[in-house]
Amino acid sequence: MNAYAPILVLGAIAAAFAVGSVVMASLTGPKRYNRAKLEAYECGIEPTPQPVGGGRFPIKYYLTAMLFIVFDIEIVFLYPWAVSFDALGIFGLVEMLLFIATVFVAYAYVWRRGGLEWD
Amino acid sequence: MSTLLAAAGSLEPAARSYLSPTGQEIVFLLVGVLVLGAAVVSVTTRQLVHAALWLVVALGGLAVEFLLLTAEFVAWVQVLVYLGSVVVLVLFGLMLTRAPIGRSPDADSGNRPAALAVGAASAATLVTLVVDAFRSSWIDLSGPAGTTRLTGEFLFSHWVLPFEALSVLLLAALVGAIVLSRAKGDGTKPRPGNLRTVLTKTKER
Repeated sequence: MNAYAPILVLGAIAAAFAVGSVVMASLTGPKRYNRAKLEAYECGIEPTPQPVGGGRFPIKYYLTAMLFIVFDIEIVFLYPWAVSFDALGIFGLVEMLLFIATVFVAYAYVWRRGGLEWD
Repeated sequence: MSTLLAAAGSLEPAARSYLSPTGQEIVFLLVGVLVLGAAVVSVTTRQLVHAALWLVVALGGLAVEFLLLTAEFVAWVQVLVYLGSVVVLVLFGLMLTRAPIGRSPDADSGNRPAALAVGAASAATLVTLVVDAFRSSWIDLSGPAGTTRLTGEFLFSHWVLPFEALSVLLLAALVGAIVLSRAKGDGTKPRPGNLRTVLTKTKER
């Protein structure tokens, strides 16, 4: 637990620096506004106007997020399995193979249904 | 659980007391209060994006709780899977549907009393269960109770069936996502992001 003390300190320093910079800038900096400065910042490109009805995103993103989450969970379980593999032996191996096989069925299904193609 | 307690090396109850909490216990309680507050705001706010962000606070607080219990692996899984993926999925869900940015009047429903009753009942059940199960047991947090090795050994030898059932759940989730996001039948693909076109088309058929 004590290993996290330096991380906490680092986080506190980072937060203090961020808040301090914003406060100092608002106190000491000159304020000369123009139209470009007041526009929403979109990585340097011209901000695109919001479509009527509050723009929506293609459903493809949902599938991508779902794919990510499923395989994220699969990989997360591999980690404690690998760490305690010695103690689990052949039983653990079969267990994990069954698990991966089932998730692989999901992968094959997505692949066949064209879920991995963007267009 | 008894294996875990034995592995953790339980102390005699007489050595500990509720009246002299350690700093770790106090922080645990404080973070718990924070998690509870964030969770309540998350389900009562009428701004859907705010609800998702309060969910981040609640889930992140839970990760801190796991860390305080020295269960490092579980804590970082909480951060990776819940903060990293589930909340992203919730936000994607908001962007994909016609959920308005800002206040949504239909985020409220007349089911609040029923939801409150169900929530209170399940909370009471869980509290009774946990208090009854761990009434006088203390887990020595300086021991290896929360290490990844112990978690793995425990998970893969005592919780085999839930673990294998999880793979089926993941399969179902992916199949469901495909079915929802891909138009079936005549080969026409759904226009990106235009769920309404898909729905009306299906209705016409």
